[in-house]
Amino acid sequence: MASRVVVREHINGWLFIAPALILLGIFMIYPIIWSLWMSFQTGRGMNFSFGGLANIQRLFADTVFLRALGNTMIFLVVQVPIMIILALLFAVALNDTKLWGRSFFRTAIFLPCVTSLVAYAVLFKSMFSAEGVVNATLVGLGLDPVPWLTDPFWAKVLIIMAITWRWTGYNMIFYLAALQNVDRSIYEAARIDGVPPWARFLYITLPMLKPVILFTTVISTIGTLQLFDEPYNITQGGPSQATLTLSYYIYDLTFRFMPSFGYSATVSWVIVVLVGILTFVQFLVAREGRRA
Amino acid sequence: MTTTETSAGVVRRSTTSAMNPHILFRSLQRALLYIALSIAAFISIFPFYWMVVGSTNTSPDIAHGKASPGSYLFQNVAAFFATVDVPRMFWNSALLALVGVALTLIVSSLAGYGFEMFKSRFRDRIFGFLLLMLSIPFAALMVPLFIMMSNLKLINTFTAVLLPGIASIFIIFYFRQATKAFPGELRDAARIDGLNEWQIFVYVYLPVMRSTYAAAIIIIFMANWNSYLWPLIILITEENKTVTLIVSALSYAYVPDYGVIMISAVFATLPTVLIFFLLQRRFVEGMLGSVK
Repeated sequence: MASRVVVREHINGWLFIAPALILLGIFMIYPIIWSLWMSFQTGRGMNFSFGGLANIQRLFADTVFLRALGNTMIFLVVQVPIMIILALLFAVALNDTKLWGRSFFRTAIFLPCVTSLVAYAVLFKSMFSAEGVVNATLVGLGLDPVPWLTDPFWAKVLIIMAITWRWTGYNMIFYLAALQNVDRSIYEAARIDGVPPWARFLYITLPMLKPVILFTTVISTIGTLQLFDEPYNITQGGPSQATLTLSYYIYDLTFRFMPSFGYSATVSWVIVVLVGILTFVQFLVAREGRRA
Repeated sequence: MTTTETSAGVVRRSTTSAMNPHILFRSLQRALLYIALSIAAFISIFPFYWMVVGSTNTSPDIAHGKASPGSYLFQNVAAFFATVDVPRMFWNSALLALVGVALTLIVSSLAGYGFEMFKSRFRDRIFGFLLLMLSIPFAALMVPLFIMMSNLKLINTFTAVLLPGIASIFIIFYFRQATKAFPGELRDAARIDGLNEWQIFVYVYLPVMRSTYAAAIIIIFMANWNSYLWPLIILITEENKTVTLIVSALSYAYVPDYGVIMISAVFATLPTVLIFFLLQRRFVEGMLGSVK
């Protein structure tokens, strides 16, 4: 009798998760394994032939790939820290219940998250065009207009500003939620002991928020490594490939040029490996910090 | 002089004089904080203002950075409806988003419930593996998924757009976390009343978890409404294109009509902004997802 219940329990357990597992198997596990297999194949279109490490060798000689990799890493290393720090500062400032206009500021800073990536990218493109509103303002202030869309350096700056605009509020919400859980009496005690605000931030807030900071850093890293919508819609990867990203290059390799599925699979595995390594390093850093 | 500060140090110092340097420093700090937050709020809101104001201006005016309202709204709307099949585009996006929400919700909530309610070591191991897969970037799946869809003759169909997203690891995880709060006594009581596991799910679990479902609906709707890269790859003909694809295509035009682009961006942003303002608390809960 008891065993029949156990068996039924077991069958139900599988039945509830079966649809999801089947779909994930077909549309996630199978493609990722297939893409690993493909990354060792060469040939045009669907004519695959085993190429061993040929694609990996091709990576190192491919200046466009190296540029896309470099750009992606620049976006990652510059943008993610700026955004995380800004989001933290806003969260700490807006966590103060005595702050006037708190919910207005919170809503305003969060608002960019509700736009679609394409819509905001198109808006930024028009705002930062040669004679657009931003340059018009700069000229009005007596400054020189900036070649946002035509200069390789400024195009990168523009992409970084755009992503920061879109995602800072998103990260801030995570920190605000985490700050709600921090026991206020700890701050009270620190204040009575004469600990200055910056030290309270550094030695109480930051350690408390560490798990959330780790989480947001990991998702921002994964997001930035896949950056596509913004460079595709703001700068078209230009000027002279200054904002070409890895995802953009995979798209070009697969759908723009004569398709080279094997090689684009290899480039996509570069992203997989980078996500793996960086996530691992971030967890390691977080653990080191905890021990210290 | 009285003060609300609890800190002994502050009380001692503030009793000496009203204009002491400490208070001066604090109000200066406060002022700087408000200035910084106001600038941040302005930057966050300005692109929305730019979008709305831009939709009332002529294309040359927008290109030259005119940031005040104009009288060209009607002409822009007319031009938008003349260049794009607006009802069709809206219908496509709405259909994809809503069908996507329904399918994802069913498959992923069943799985989340199944993983939490019917525990076995093997299934827990599968779940752990799925969490690892969460960091697999879409860029790595895109090439094999595209080949798969073209082999299945599903290119340019909504089926192909929807299929890969139905089993969402993130939503499964979200439901599993939420299910931990589902009272076990309710399930036991239902069992004693003779309900089978599926009836328990439909008649007991679903009504109790209303707010979890509401938050999940918002997350999935936003993701589907705003999704870009995968539809860009799959949907080819004009009559199948979604709002995001149209917005992007308009700005890619050789001579972009900025007025029309602004109107299209308004159309793309309106549904998500409405959801945000109508369901603000749910929305934020949804964004935070399972992190709590």
